Amino acid sequence: MSIVLSIGRSILDAIVAHARRDHPDEACGVVAGAAGSDRPTRHIPMQNAARSMTFYEFDSKEYLRVWREMEERDEEPVVIYHSHTATEAYPSRTDISFAGWPEAHYLLVSTRDAERTEIRSYRIVDGVVTEEPVRVLDAPVDPHAVQSYMFGQSPASVDYECPAAS
Amino acid sequence: MAIEVRIPTILRSHTGGAKVVEGTGDTLNDLLSDLDARHPGLRGRLVTDDGGLHRFVNVYVNDEDVRFLGALDTKLSDGDTVTILPAVAGG
Repeated sequence: MSIVLSIGRSILDAIVAHARRDHPDEACGVVAGAAGSDRPTRHIPMQNAARSMTFYEFDSKEYLRVWREMEERDEEPVVIYHSHTATEAYPSRTDISFAGWPEAHYLLVSTRDAERTEIRSYRIVDGVVTEEPVRVLDAPVDPHAVQSYMFGQSPASVDYECPAAS
Repeated sequence: MAIEVRIPTILRSHTGGAKVVEGTGDTLNDLLSDLDARHPGLRGRLVTDDGGLHRFVNVYVNDEDVRFLGALDTKLSDGDTVTILPAVAGG
């Protein structure tokens, strides 16, 4: 378990697109990855059963189905994400009290600003919140990109890597 | 034959790390009491002081969330599978 979230640019883009699509309601989902790998590879947008601007909850049936699918594929929820649509990307008291996957990265996306998306990641273990840097992998160099993200950590901690040799 | 119970990571401290345990009981309430005898503290993580199911967990019997089956009074049969997952929710 590392204290940095390394995540592919295309997955991060898909999460942000999901959060923007569901705005002003909160959006939520999972990025699954091979058990023990700490690599988020399969994005699974989930329904927010609460359909609320201030609360989110995985639909219980969908959650069981997705969890079984992960079990069969020997995956685990590497990232659990949700959006805040009017406040900063920091875990609320309810987020902390519910956080039940100590090995997951809790990714928060704030869509309160229409232009700029705030993305921050945390470990939440036994009620203790630890922020961690987000490292975006395989970031394409696109000078015309209109989407801009603001990360909670200082820009120096965001490490843009070249595509991996694999 | 017994009832198979799937335990999430966060509760495995009560089961000596076991992912799956077995128990018996005619209802979910009986099953949780049976399990608690061998896995002390487990029941307390699932049932509130008022005797209701904790909102921080989802409990399923086979494919159904027990909230729609009768919660702790949900009837069980040999061969059923009970799955416990931490609820994923927040504000």
